[in-house]
Amino acid sequence: MLNIIKSGFFTTVQDYGRFGYRDKGVPVAGAMDSFTVSKLNTLLENDENSAVLEITMTGPTLEFEQDTYIVLGGAEMSVTLNEKPINNYKVYKVKSGDVLTYGKLLKGFRGYLGIKDGFNTAVVLGSRSFFRPITEQDSIKKLSSLPYTKCKLFNPKISELKVASVLDKSQLEVYKGPEYELLTDKQLSQIFYKEFSVANENNRMAYQLKEAIEGNAISMLTSATLPGTIQLTPAGKLIILMKDGQTTGGYPRILQLSDMAMSILAQKRSGDLVSFKLK
Amino acid sequence: MTTFNISVRQFGVHAILIEWPNRVEESILDEILQFIQFLKKNHLDDKEWEFVPAYNSLTLICKDTVLDFDYLKPKIKDWYAKKGKIDPATRYLWRLPVCYDLKFGLDLEEISEKLSMSVEKITELHSLNIYTVYGIGFLPGFMYLGGVPEALEVPRKATPRPRVLMGSVGLAGKQTGIYPQDSPGGWNIIGKCPVPMFDVKKENPCFVKVGDKIQFYPISMAEYQLHKIESEVGIYNIEKIVLDA
Repeated sequence: MLNIIKSGFFTTVQDYGRFGYRDKGVPVAGAMDSFTVSKLNTLLENDENSAVLEITMTGPTLEFEQDTYIVLGGAEMSVTLNEKPINNYKVYKVKSGDVLTYGKLLKGFRGYLGIKDGFNTAVVLGSRSFFRPITEQDSIKKLSSLPYTKCKLFNPKISELKVASVLDKSQLEVYKGPEYELLTDKQLSQIFYKEFSVANENNRMAYQLKEAIEGNAISMLTSATLPGTIQLTPAGKLIILMKDGQTTGGYPRILQLSDMAMSILAQKRSGDLVSFKLK
Repeated sequence: MTTFNISVRQFGVHAILIEWPNRVEESILDEILQFIQFLKKNHLDDKEWEFVPAYNSLTLICKDTVLDFDYLKPKIKDWYAKKGKIDPATRYLWRLPVCYDLKFGLDLEEISEKLSMSVEKITELHSLNIYTVYGIGFLPGFMYLGGVPEALEVPRKATPRPRVLMGSVGLAGKQTGIYPQDSPGGWNIIGKCPVPMFDVKKENPCFVKVGDKIQFYPISMAEYQLHKIESEVGIYNIEKIVLDA
């Protein structure tokens, strides 16, 4: 068990996501920065769907009950293992009783903690990813614990990885969305020749951008949306659906983020700048 | 037979959007449901693909693969042209109990004034009608129902409620439906249904599917309490009638 001494601001268990239930209105969920998580699971030689902890803004304090191996990644946060600083993208052995403490957020927004063979929390509708009310919990709670399998010995093929970080990037690659053709020249120039800042309204469901473009009164029938779909509201606001985003929507879907752009955006917080580039 | 022109569009690298004419129409929904059956049976493995129908569109999603759109677009058009008549999955009419008591129907009196219609008449009209499920989305198990009679069309509330309770039955514009979980919401609340629309403990967490039909029938407060308990302990049988039989 991993004991939660402090939960942090918003810490969740996430795997690759919940597939096969979108026709029932169930969002995919899964790690927001899937690029980073795939690196962690690769280093740990885990199945690619192994569950990790997604740590938002302020991290937790955690105590390990059994021996295992861990890797951190994503946002740069000052983290100590038994009060000794540790780095991202490096495999560390942890022993029973060891304490992992998250300190200051230095860069990015979402840190990840990968563990050998993944966390064994309940699988609901094919996934361990937290999403209420599909899972009972929306985030980990103080004094609770998370199950994992003990690992005494593991010789990683690669013990440290140099990762081209997504943290320094701010350009988001996009594809044309289904309603792209309805955009006016003015709207197009506003989208592609301007920077946007992330609004306070940002979470696992959606990121709203602060600056508006010219509005649009296009009315359409409700249709499917995907993680990474950018919707244009009548008031000209851009809303980017993220992993917990709803599966259908009624606003024009003007653009679609690439998978890598999703990971880049997942590391942004209120006020950070982004721009769009058509792929 | 097939009289609709479809458009096939790329939707990111993992999905394809197929659209029928921009209308809310049973015959269009039928075509979409038939096409889903046809694709599942002959061309696209439903372990790899997700099929999300809504009103006049069908979105095909393949989670891992980066799709070869140039290859798939003509294929899909060709498959649709060759589909012929195919039976959609068995469809049901679900009869769902609703308690229209004023204790649950928080906005009944307000919309009675707006529509110049008695509360009794509103609930009678609402429960007489048979609605078609045109989509499921917004929340897990939230149905987009079509077929609200014109006389019941009433705008959504000027200020949404921060919390609408699970089971609440709402009415807004041309739409009616049940909130499957507690959620913020701007629809007028006219009653409450004791049957949960989404249950993660079930292999099929949502008994309704797109293309099914819904009829509401009025129940008393006492019946509401009884059905609520029956649902909780898992002995409530939802009344269903096979359509297309």
